[in-house]
Amino acid sequence: MTTPRFVTWEPSIGQAIIEEFKAKPGALLPLLHAIQDRFSYIPEDAVALIAGALKLSRAEVHGVISFYHHFRTKQPGRHVVEVCRAEACQAVGARHLEAYAKSILDVQYHQTTADNNITLEPVYCLGNCSCGPSVRVGDEIYAEVDTQRFDELIESLKTERLEVQ
Amino acid sequence: MVQRIYIPSDTTAKALGADRIAKLIDIMANDQNIELDIKRNGTRALYWLEPLIEVDTAQGRFGFGPVKEADLESLFAAKFWQGDVEHPLALGLVDDIAYLKHQQRLTFARIGEIDPLSLSDYQKLNGFNGLKKALTMDSQALVDQVKESGLRGRGGAAFPTGIKWQTVLNAPSEQKYIVCNADEGDSGTFADRLVMECDPFMLIEGMIIAGLAVGATQGYIYLRSEYPLAYKTLNQAIGLAYGNNLLGRDIQGSGKHFDLEVRLGAGAYICGEETSLLESLEGKRGLVRAKPPLPAIVGLFGQPTVVNNVLSLAAVPFILDQGAKAYADCGMGRSRGTLPFQLAGNVKRGGLVELAFGPKLSELMFDFGGGTRNGRPLRAVQVGGPLGAYLPESQWDTQLDYEEFAKEGAVLGHGGVVMFDDTVDMSEQARFSMEFCVAESCGKCTPCRIGSTRGVEVIDRIRAGVNVNSNIELLEDLCETMVDGSLCAMGGMTPFPVQSAMKHFRDDFMKSTVSATNTEEV
Repeated sequence: MTTPRFVTWEPSIGQAIIEEFKAKPGALLPLLHAIQDRFSYIPEDAVALIAGALKLSRAEVHGVISFYHHFRTKQPGRHVVEVCRAEACQAVGARHLEAYAKSILDVQYHQTTADNNITLEPVYCLGNCSCGPSVRVGDEIYAEVDTQRFDELIESLKTERLEVQ
Repeated sequence: MVQRIYIPSDTTAKALGADRIAKLIDIMANDQNIELDIKRNGTRALYWLEPLIEVDTAQGRFGFGPVKEADLESLFAAKFWQGDVEHPLALGLVDDIAYLKHQQRLTFARIGEIDPLSLSDYQKLNGFNGLKKALTMDSQALVDQVKESGLRGRGGAAFPTGIKWQTVLNAPSEQKYIVCNADEGDSGTFADRLVMECDPFMLIEGMIIAGLAVGATQGYIYLRSEYPLAYKTLNQAIGLAYGNNLLGRDIQGSGKHFDLEVRLGAGAYICGEETSLLESLEGKRGLVRAKPPLPAIVGLFGQPTVVNNVLSLAAVPFILDQGAKAYADCGMGRSRGTLPFQLAGNVKRGGLVELAFGPKLSELMFDFGGGTRNGRPLRAVQVGGPLGAYLPESQWDTQLDYEEFAKEGAVLGHGGVVMFDDTVDMSEQARFSMEFCVAESCGKCTPCRIGSTRGVEVIDRIRAGVNVNSNIELLEDLCETMVDGSLCAMGGMTPFPVQSAMKHFRDDFMKSTVSATNTEEV
């Protein structure tokens, strides 16, 4: 598994990304993705820069960010763990897995563990519906995740050496 | 002699450990001086057998699966790379596996067989034959082919694709667009994902043909962000297509022009609704637009736009290559061609089953699916995603056909079939349907935005045993309001699973110990 390389917010890096995307038709979503992919979230300062470049109000940019579940305005933990709570996974024990994940991580959805290692998020379907329950960490999907496999997964995220940029 | 083997590489095979198996096989083969050429195919989507390793032989491909790390030693001891050998995981010839053999894979003829990013693999199996023909035809002839095929929108609404194309062709404009709806958000569906991960050139080919048919030069694939592998594969495939003069200006010296780009969604189920999708592509909140005007007249950036599901566009190369009649010859009634069904949830043999319309739902769930994964009795089935009705046993003999399902108050939708065993609490499932709508409503219309929240509250009261009878009456009334008053299918169909649960599984709503005749004010 690879850990995404995120960098700390810096206006010059943000501005460079904005320049790359701003001329595209319907630029806002690709731009927000690029910002979040780089910084792990969309910092408040970026919103003002984006609004200026796309000739939108900050409220309009904020409105778009808040509409989509994927975008976040706060820095997440080192890993984002998404648990599928859609019907196909429910049929094979996802409700139990959700409850278990919250209890062993001691967080609710959208929260980050005390050691800042894991942010827990719900997701509605990962397209792995024949082999649920499904969990996503970064760009990796895991199949048939029972509580034991979830424990192993969390353990591997604790011990994994992080890439340093 | 170098022996070629195939190890799948789609999301589910990877999620079941296919990458690690591939790595270990490579290491073990090196250690034992066995020359193996490991090729990564997509997947056959026979998921209970994944990771499914295939060995190329003169007789065909022999399969072994599901292969776990612990099986590798015995597989090497059995010299699995020779193909026809004895081993507990030996499946014989892959093409002879009943689950695969009894399907009619028109759209999915290549998946699992080819390397998804090999243009030569694609071309060897009829790839780009449809495009070659299309480049010699005029626009109206192309639209006529699609009309004659009887193809209907595979995203769920089942609107005739050819009619939609005709509308866009007839709309005068300098700039038109082809938009592929790849926001496959329905739980229990993964057929779009399979196209994009396992046979991406087919979708690209379908989109180019659509562009030629209606006079559009720009295409967008709106892909959900929950599909990271599909995103990567599509982008690689588009890069290869550009590099080989299959996209861009003067395609194959024809003077025709088509550009294609993938755009990522951002986790909003509503963006699978076509007008919400267009808003999102324009960089806005995914608010549903009122229709009319139809997107075919006023679509992306105000221009005439074809919005088609992945599977609709993926069916087009076959129709052009083999002829409209070959496609229309399959199916029943007004449902022509094939629908790729997806068996999911609590199912023993999950996977993709492409069938001509017509067989019974029970044949799909039992003959193919083998019943539940855990062996418990099957109790309820949700067909067509989170907005589809739950079907009780009395409806399992319904034929797989758009109109037959509509008669039962159900939908085929995008072909997802999610199976639940007898431990399911249907009042809990009904609550989830409303809860999902709360999370995913775009908020534009009141019945959907507020109705869903009230729906959760009312179901909670029923489940708690508060004024059960009058609250059930209230819930029925609320459902009718949502169905009749919502702007789009999100609010308009969220009640389907709720109503079907109340109708067919009423006991689950009456379980509470509190008196059902409590007369306290609701």
